[in-house]
Amino acid sequence: MPSTIRTPYDRVVMAVPVTIPYVRYSIESAQWWIGRALKSLVENAGITPRDIDGFCVSSFTTGLESGIGLTQHFGLCVRWLDTIPLGGASAIAALRRAARAVQSGDASIVACVAGDTNHVDSFRFTLENFSRFNQDAVYPYGAGGANGSFALIARNYMRMFGARREDFGKIAVAQRSNALRNPHALMKAPLTLEQYMSARPIADPIHLFDCVMPCAGAEAFLVMREDVAASLRLPAAKILSTIERHNAFGNDPVQVRGGWAMDVDELYAMAGVKLDDLDFVQTYDDYPVISMMQFEDLGFCRKGEGPDFVRQHDFTIDGSFPHNTSGGQLSVGQAGAGGAYLGLVEALRQVLGVAGPTQVKNARIGLASGFGMINYDRGLASGAAILAGPSS
Amino acid sequence: MIEPIARPRRKNPLQRTRLPTLPPGARSRASHGFTRAAAEGRFMLQRCDACAAFCYPARDACPACLSADLVFADAPRRGTLLSETTLHVPADVHFRERAPWRVGLITMDCGPTLVAHLHADCQEGQPVMMSWQLDQSGQAVAFAHPERETPNMADDKQWREMTADPKFRRALVTNGRSVVGQEVAAALKTAGASIVFVGIAEPWKPFPGEEKLRALGVDIVPLDIGDEKSVADLAADIGGKVDILVNTTEHIRAGGLLDRQGTSIVRDEIDQTYLGFVHLAQAFGPAMRMRGSDGVNSAAAWVNILSVYALANWPAFGAYSASQAASLSLSHSLRAELRPGGVKVMNVFTGPLDTEWFQTVPPPKVAPRAVANAIVSALRRGLEDVFVGDVAEELRQRLAANPKAVERELGA
Repeated sequence: MPSTIRTPYDRVVMAVPVTIPYVRYSIESAQWWIGRALKSLVENAGITPRDIDGFCVSSFTTGLESGIGLTQHFGLCVRWLDTIPLGGASAIAALRRAARAVQSGDASIVACVAGDTNHVDSFRFTLENFSRFNQDAVYPYGAGGANGSFALIARNYMRMFGARREDFGKIAVAQRSNALRNPHALMKAPLTLEQYMSARPIADPIHLFDCVMPCAGAEAFLVMREDVAASLRLPAAKILSTIERHNAFGNDPVQVRGGWAMDVDELYAMAGVKLDDLDFVQTYDDYPVISMMQFEDLGFCRKGEGPDFVRQHDFTIDGSFPHNTSGGQLSVGQAGAGGAYLGLVEALRQVLGVAGPTQVKNARIGLASGFGMINYDRGLASGAAILAGPSS
Repeated sequence: MIEPIARPRRKNPLQRTRLPTLPPGARSRASHGFTRAAAEGRFMLQRCDACAAFCYPARDACPACLSADLVFADAPRRGTLLSETTLHVPADVHFRERAPWRVGLITMDCGPTLVAHLHADCQEGQPVMMSWQLDQSGQAVAFAHPERETPNMADDKQWREMTADPKFRRALVTNGRSVVGQEVAAALKTAGASIVFVGIAEPWKPFPGEEKLRALGVDIVPLDIGDEKSVADLAADIGGKVDILVNTTEHIRAGGLLDRQGTSIVRDEIDQTYLGFVHLAQAFGPAMRMRGSDGVNSAAAWVNILSVYALANWPAFGAYSASQAASLSLSHSLRAELRPGGVKVMNVFTGPLDTEWFQTVPPPKVAPRAVANAIVSALRRGLEDVFVGDVAEELRQRLAANPKAVERELGA
């Protein structure tokens, strides 16, 4: 694929990874969660809310309050505002937009935040009101939600490429073992392959431990110029490259690849890194089959070799292919749009060397990806970013 | 292979009646093109007038060429089941109590991909035939059938949710004195209805066809639908076990306005047709709505036999046409009011029947048996609007083309 010549993200950095620890159910609003994240951002950065002049937010549960309403809610006076409704691709998209805004001088410190609450009925409400195509042509068919849609994709993938449930299980089990080192993960008990295999079916072939747990929480980071970060004495990560793609491969009868496959060459070319240079990978893991698809589409193996790739690697923090080191959404929980940020914020921690118990040794360069919006029969949005720590 | 459903046992009055719940019913306006197709049993998809590509789900612009000229057109029904899943833990109560529930992804020979409910005999990788069905919320859903007939096909659990099959259901035919009523009773019996109640006003008076009707093994019940008390009394007696109600009332008189003196004939028409419908609906509707999810013999359908001239007045039978139009309008109210129970309201539009009251009308006329067979077929397919006979079908098409032309020509 011919690569367009893209302007590098020179002298633009990411800093201040923030996670507001998740809870399964919250009586607080999404605004409360987003507010906690903003508070952590300014505290950890040593700035005041007035210093934030750009705001980028993603949430499914703010109700009638849009991004502009949130500025007044939080007393932010910004000169750049974006609301990103791209589900699991929101974080990569937020990073891309914020970085360009900072680079062009439209804003100097952008707060990127995703947060959602989870009342006992929030999840069903989100399912029912997800999108027009979903309302018209998916939800009335058994109301399976994402589980039903991904079951159709997973089953087709298994048949076409010989993936077995055990292969998906290996991904889930490794992530659980990573999560046990993450104090914020909602899943606290070890998971064995036997438990994975014997879990109750949700939507065949999706079983319980293929599914994320909806929860409340928030994630955030700041984007600013390198010199601003330096003057604030903030450790910061370079943005080596990013990609984003929507509605790719619309003629594939069933989804077997995401938009990454269209842009992956550019991802590595722009970053100037090879696969071997990556110290860890954070894929978007709404289901293990989607992580497996990303191993292929992000270039770690060819299409159809995902199952073999999984069989050959160890995905734990200290393994041969450190993957979803926080435990991922499968074991930490899916805080709505926060799920999009989970991998990217963890990647930021990793390259800054501040991941604590989940730190990959000497991690300097890493990849995080996003995937979102199963509008009808497939996930439409995909994205990825490669980050590098300050020492690299 | 489907196991045949078993005749339901007598209901245990101490057990809970399963309350009706509806599948998700919200739809975009464009999507109601499928509702129209489903109501008449047609398989339509949106097709672009500019580039001829079929698309799905319903859109407001063609995804191949961005033209806004998307029309709902009859489409080839054949597709292939690419992938399927069995939902064990659906997110809403309706499907949760019906789980496990099978759905699949179908690629149509004509292009689009459909998510669809699956008949149990559909197999992955195999061809399927598609139809639009009205689910219990009254909205259209895609349903995949095996390409060829399979044993006990109609007894499929998911299919039965979409239809009002008379098999093992109990029906009330409101007027057994008419030939149409007698034919409908016979057809329902043949279709496997477990009980057919047939209403007879003033049952001590003999009527033509009585002997044959009684020989069918139906239950003759006293019913004069023009009499509110008579209807209420019958509902008090059998209202809890009427799963299909076929309103076969007919009160046909020729003439419009100017050649009649006074209002007594019009009053009779209104009393028998319109108020009779009101009496029936008020007496039987609430219990049917309550029993819309009550197992194999749940309340399933309310059928009205209407003149196709309910849709466009035929001045030769002008006042009669108006009484039919009033009933048609009322049926739409009933349809909305029965929807919370998942009970269908089916309107069967016919041209002039081959009966004594249309003696002076030239053919083609509709045989009462054809109406009866059409009703059973439509119940089995779960339709909502049915046109029986050539006159009705022709009028449907003419109305779609130019209603003003129909008005002038019927009045000529």
